[in-house]
Amino acid sequence: MALAKRIIPCLDVEHGRVVKGVQFLDIRDAGDPVEIARKYDEQGADEITFLDITASHEGRDTMVHTVEKMASQVFIPLTVGGGIRTCDDIRRMLNAGADKVSINTAAVFNPEFVREAAQRFGSQCIVVAIDAKKVSLQGEVDRWEIFTHGGRKPTGLDAVEWSRKMVEFGAGEILLTSMDRDGTKNGFDLGVTRAISEAVHVPVIASGGVGNLDHLVAGCVEGKADAVLAASIFHFNEYSIPQAKAYMRERGIEVRL
Amino acid sequence: MSSIAVIDYGMGNLHSVAKALEFVQPGVEVRVTADPELIRSADRVLLPGVGAIRDCMAEIRRLGVDSEVAEAIASGKPFLGICVGYQALMQHSEENGGVDCLGQFDGQVRFFGDSLKDSAGEKLKVPHMGWNCVEQTGDHPLWAEIDNGSRFYFVHSYHVQLGQRDQVAATCEYGTAFDVALQHKNVFATQFHPEKSQKAGLQLLKNFLNWDGSL
Repeated sequence: MALAKRIIPCLDVEHGRVVKGVQFLDIRDAGDPVEIARKYDEQGADEITFLDITASHEGRDTMVHTVEKMASQVFIPLTVGGGIRTCDDIRRMLNAGADKVSINTAAVFNPEFVREAAQRFGSQCIVVAIDAKKVSLQGEVDRWEIFTHGGRKPTGLDAVEWSRKMVEFGAGEILLTSMDRDGTKNGFDLGVTRAISEAVHVPVIASGGVGNLDHLVAGCVEGKADAVLAASIFHFNEYSIPQAKAYMRERGIEVRL
Repeated sequence: MSSIAVIDYGMGNLHSVAKALEFVQPGVEVRVTADPELIRSADRVLLPGVGAIRDCMAEIRRLGVDSEVAEAIASGKPFLGICVGYQALMQHSEENGGVDCLGQFDGQVRFFGDSLKDSAGEKLKVPHMGWNCVEQTGDHPLWAEIDNGSRFYFVHSYHVQLGQRDQVAATCEYGTAFDVALQHKNVFATQFHPEKSQKAGLQLLKNFLNWDGSL
């Protein structure tokens, strides 16, 4: 028996509701975040990730309240991301009951923020979220770049190099999303997942593109991810967490049942 | 109704553990505090902790929590340490270039290392983060109704090796075998986070709230 690969349902939260868009468009309402988190907890999810996709202050206050409610009812690790820009933002989320925060855009614009946050709160609660997109052309050596603003703005940063740097700065975990795959249901980008997982010594969460249970298996086996994150396959009841775990276990992957 | 002091020395997420205690025993008085009077008068004491040991130890000493911990342990009342709150009870930690800890127990806190491998030779990530199997060494009241080998949630880069084998309440395997729970008289401590370990973790907290500190 060894450390289990983690299955992490991800809840995109806007104005206190879980939504799920396809490549950031076509948002469908999927329900109340606390109720959904409780359902996943009962089903045996290993962690929950909340991504706050609202930009307004009112939205942020709603999010803090949602995290508080969730943390008094669900006793598995909770990661909160979206709009985390200052140590005060982190303190607020941790005080509300989050166990980890995920830093994305702010890390790109101010890498020192990651160092400061890790020193202040410990690496164990600092997740750096990376949105990567393949930029190499066919026939070239594979190369991925970091994008911000929901995959719209290129930064010129190489994804593998960037993840190494973020770990050096104190990131305790990398949440890697393929912008090419997010919302497509075509599976993870296994190339970038494996490249980053082999490049860093901290756990890597694969995200973006899960459409079926084979994708979860491939993320762990070929992508060498330590955890797999998915949203719509769980929200819309295409698969349950126990089904996903049973499927992974049949294929030789260590999971928590 | 019984009371429990969760020692607040400014490190980590005390909300989770306080909420979990209230959840398993509604009505329990949870005092998140560093006030010596509130700690002394509580029926039970819990020392939590996340983050780097140097900062934790510095705050523990600055706030005088070291003497509160020593007094609580000596008093015989049920005492629970979690994560860094477990490591802090040892003699010394390798973290941050070497830090002296509280020395309440004979044990060392060691780094997992950069070249940790599993039995198949695959490289293992550090921190050890996620759900791993906890092998109990015997029948302690805190293991009541928890299956041996149950998975608990861990997140740490340093692990404890206890000097007295009879004080080992559980072990775990991650590239190396290490001691993930301590038992000694009225003291129990865990490397994993019961407050984040769903059913098994909540059961352990419930057992702690029902424990009188004897074996």
